[in-house]
Amino acid sequence: MTLEPLHLAVIAGMAAVTYASRLGGFLLLAGIEPGPRLSRILNQIPGATFAALIAPMVVQGGPVEWAGAGITVLAYRLFGQVLAAVLCGVIAVALARLLLA
Amino acid sequence: MKIAFSLPGLLAGARDILPFALGAAMFGLVLGLMAAQKGLSPAEVMVMSATVFAGASQMVAAELWTAPLPALTIVMATLAVNARHLLMGMTLTPWLKPLPRPLSCFSLFFMVDENWGLSVARLRKGEGDVAYLLGGGLTLYPVWIATTGLGAVFGGLVVDPAAFAMDFLPLALFLALLLIFWRGRASLLPWGTAFGVALVAWMLLPAGWHVLLGGLAGSLAGGLLDDA
Repeated sequence: MTLEPLHLAVIAGMAAVTYASRLGGFLLLAGIEPGPRLSRILNQIPGATFAALIAPMVVQGGPVEWAGAGITVLAYRLFGQVLAAVLCGVIAVALARLLLA
Repeated sequence: MKIAFSLPGLLAGARDILPFALGAAMFGLVLGLMAAQKGLSPAEVMVMSATVFAGASQMVAAELWTAPLPALTIVMATLAVNARHLLMGMTLTPWLKPLPRPLSCFSLFFMVDENWGLSVARLRKGEGDVAYLLGGGLTLYPVWIATTGLGAVFGGLVVDPAAFAMDFLPLALFLALLLIFWRGRASLLPWGTAFGVALVAWMLLPAGWHVLLGGLAGSLAGGLLDDA
């Protein structure tokens, strides 16, 4: 179990910029009352952020992963539940790889 | 809007995050293994997990971790990957503002994609218990520290993530989180913009910036062009 000072310094830098990001948006908006336009933009942040997050994962996948993603969407529409949707998608991809291998 | 911070809210957050805890555990093992191969000790991996607590940025840091250590590059890459938390924190501000400031700042330390997504969806439905966010975060936190540490110690024993389709798990989890926010055709413009801008940024820019830029572009497109 070793802790190198340089490694710890880099980790401290990572922790500092990360916590600043977590606090920054809140502290910026805590002092103001957002108007209708800003509220509309804020409303869109969750969907847009997750869409941006998965974009590289989607294009890095192949037909099996795309089909698995499609099944995840279908299962979510069917069951309306995150856990069920994720399980269906993962099992479908595992089975497809088994059968196609 | 009624704001509360209660034990039932905390427990509800802990319960709903459980499927995501499984995903975090898998990701944690893989990350620990990778970090150990790059020369981080198990203790350092766990210190990083406990202080940074942001998986994607820790993965990018591990990839960049070479000797001599590119310290500034790693910190800048971390900022790029985690700058999306600025947007995330903004969306939670109406519910965090009425709390005592130390409590909201403490809760925000534990804000990651998963408990944030679930919290925004729940709070917007009118259930104003902000402890839900912290409950999810406090559940993921020990799982994250333990599994990244385990991955670093027992790295050789971790099975291939492609087996059991565990490499597909992140896409499935984030896709499901995305679907929570589907609002019919009105979502196509912001999501399409976010997806496209993220792809371009991912191809052209250093690691990480695609999430902030895509998220920002999609939110602006949806908020400004669509007056629904």
